[in-house]
Amino acid sequence: MTVIQGVKLDESERAAPALPRDILTEELVFNMGPQHPSTHGVLRVVLRTDGEVVHDCHPLVGNLHRCCEKILENLTYVQGLPYVDRMDYLGALNMEMGLVLSVEKAAAVEVPKRAQYLRVIMCEINRVISHLFAAGQFGLDMGAFTPFLYMFREREEALLLLNQVTGGRLLYHYIRYGGVTRDVTDDWLKRCLAWCDRVAAHMDEYNNLLTYNHIFLNRTCGVAIIDKSTALRYAATGPILRAAGVARDLRKDIPYSSYEDFDFKVPVGPHDKGVVGDSWNRHRQRLLEIEESLKIIRQAVAKLPSGDVSNPKISRGWKAPEGEAYVASEAPRGEISCYFVSDGGKAPYRARMRGPSFQNISLLGETSRGLLIGDLIALMGSIDITLGECDR
Amino acid sequence: MILAETPPFSSHIAGWLAGLVGMEPNWLFSAVGALVVAAVILLLVVTPVGLGGVYLERKLAGRMQNRRGPNRVGPYGLLQSLADGVKLLAKEDILQRGADSPLFRFAPYLVFMAAFAGFVVLPFAPGLVAADLDVGLFYFLALIALETVGIVMAGWSSNNKWSLLGAMREVAQVVSYELPLGLAAMCPALAVGSLSLVAITDYQAGPIWKWLLWRDIYWAIAMVPAFLLFYTAGLAAAKRAPFDLPEAESELTAGFHTEYSGMRFGMFFLPEYAMMLSLSAVTSVLFLGGYHDPIGLSAPGKLFDGVWWWGLLWFFLKTTFLFLTQIALRWTLPRIRIDQVMYLCYKVLLPIGMGSLLLTAALRLLG
Repeated sequence: MTVIQGVKLDESERAAPALPRDILTEELVFNMGPQHPSTHGVLRVVLRTDGEVVHDCHPLVGNLHRCCEKILENLTYVQGLPYVDRMDYLGALNMEMGLVLSVEKAAAVEVPKRAQYLRVIMCEINRVISHLFAAGQFGLDMGAFTPFLYMFREREEALLLLNQVTGGRLLYHYIRYGGVTRDVTDDWLKRCLAWCDRVAAHMDEYNNLLTYNHIFLNRTCGVAIIDKSTALRYAATGPILRAAGVARDLRKDIPYSSYEDFDFKVPVGPHDKGVVGDSWNRHRQRLLEIEESLKIIRQAVAKLPSGDVSNPKISRGWKAPEGEAYVASEAPRGEISCYFVSDGGKAPYRARMRGPSFQNISLLGETSRGLLIGDLIALMGSIDITLGECDR
Repeated sequence: MILAETPPFSSHIAGWLAGLVGMEPNWLFSAVGALVVAAVILLLVVTPVGLGGVYLERKLAGRMQNRRGPNRVGPYGLLQSLADGVKLLAKEDILQRGADSPLFRFAPYLVFMAAFAGFVVLPFAPGLVAADLDVGLFYFLALIALETVGIVMAGWSSNNKWSLLGAMREVAQVVSYELPLGLAAMCPALAVGSLSLVAITDYQAGPIWKWLLWRDIYWAIAMVPAFLLFYTAGLAAAKRAPFDLPEAESELTAGFHTEYSGMRFGMFFLPEYAMMLSLSAVTSVLFLGGYHDPIGLSAPGKLFDGVWWWGLLWFFLKTTFLFLTQIALRWTLPRIRIDQVMYLCYKVLLPIGMGSLLLTAALRLLG
């Protein structure tokens, strides 16, 4: 039995090897990033290693700080919204949702049912492509180049779908206060369903090529375990927390935007290989969540009510009345929440966003001790961070 | 240089040279002839083959990944490698502060030389071999070790920690994998009783069942594992995925050649393909009959006995097949972790190699 970070592992669980400590040599200090290919943006990690074994890992964030929250305080409501997209550029719609929900709650704005459903469809498409991107990136980090491009094939189709409705490919500016900007056509809905079928049909391909590949299993099972208590202590959310065995999903726990209308499951680790909270489980968690998201999209398309897609009371120069609200929602990487305060002026008094990546990056320090450099890459890749949303 | 037998091509040149100066052909002219053939092979065969290998890899990788691959430069993008070569030549040659200048400059040439010198002993076709060394196989394996020296030099002299780590991995990996590689290569050598690649090839003259891989059926028990072992260890020795740890792009940025730019980088890039090709070629010589065709038309006394273009065709067909499988593996498999690489070498491959060698020896004894 090997004990790693308080979790007992059988040899059969392919534990990361405990290297003998009697051959310790001089420590190397590495500066990994901000230009390193596997830090997924401009994360800088300072490593102290003994050869290949990581002794200490210190993530330094802030390279992509763009004062997003301060900018929100200086622009009108309509002007400020696109800046939120740029925080998490891979889950832009979910980011918009985070701000819009809390503003709507503070101002008690009513959102038409059709708009709520459209928000759900778009957010779930965004979640699927974000998870596809994360899973592909993780494969890339592990040295498998091809799955990444296979996943990009479906991502590209989804970007086309989103482009046709929102006008943007990466940053959409689609969800507005009181609704969404544009309605969808029946033809678009048909193509959306066809896309869902294609993604679902290709899940086996991803699994065969990457998820259940023997080398991949050896690289990720039992590696860089983030157990339940560690994840909770660091306030980790999203797939990391669920892969660690905590069934927390705000779409289920505190439904918003009509999520209560849809029937879907919350996948929770451990999955069929590895141990709870290891890199493989985090990867598998994302793929399972894709399947659940596809279910939600299908249901939302089937049940899409007719009616307006925006609240006619919200005009161009709309101002939120005095008030404050805090709403959390589930983004691809974890919980996005916004504490919004309005003093009745033309700009928000304060819009404090909480992005999940900052908390998730903080896990690196504790979890990476004793890992090999290759495993550290597995840890970083499976955490799936977006620096834009961490630094804001 | 030990010339077991003067090959026809170099002896033609030797005779021509001797006639030119009006002397009887002697060993000096033979040696010059061999050198000329080697130079011509390097210039006209290996370099285009190396560039073609790069093109083939990019095209196949593109096809495997829903892309088109290179298709802009020349017809079907055929001139892409050439364009890249020109681009590399035009790039700035950066020597970063703190680098050990002489070692840093010399390392790419050492790697380049080691990888291409292996082609000297390859029997491309009957008579088309630069130097049929008695110890050809040994010479080839020794060159793999020489390449390691160049890579360690590159990693150490770069004054970059990632490079150093890449070089450390290279030493650990390639030096370890020389053991199973050597053991696997011993099996055909032992079966034939020679280390000369020409002798090993000609031992397999005849139809497909004369190939060493499954000669007389029961040899297959020893030879099939040895073949797979040689292929796998060859992948590791050539630093190809899933054993591309020394240059693991996502872990060590680019490993030992992180700091190299321009043509010095090209000097690391091309040898990788040269190494893949020469390893594929040696694999085909050792186990798949080299330049002999599978029907037996090139066997002594048959239609194509000693016909060089027929041999060249089959040699390249077999080599290209093995080369393509290496590419397909690279674009399919993730990378193995460093400790797993070592585990695989010492606890899986080495015992298989020893078993194969013992079996071959036993079969040889029993006749």
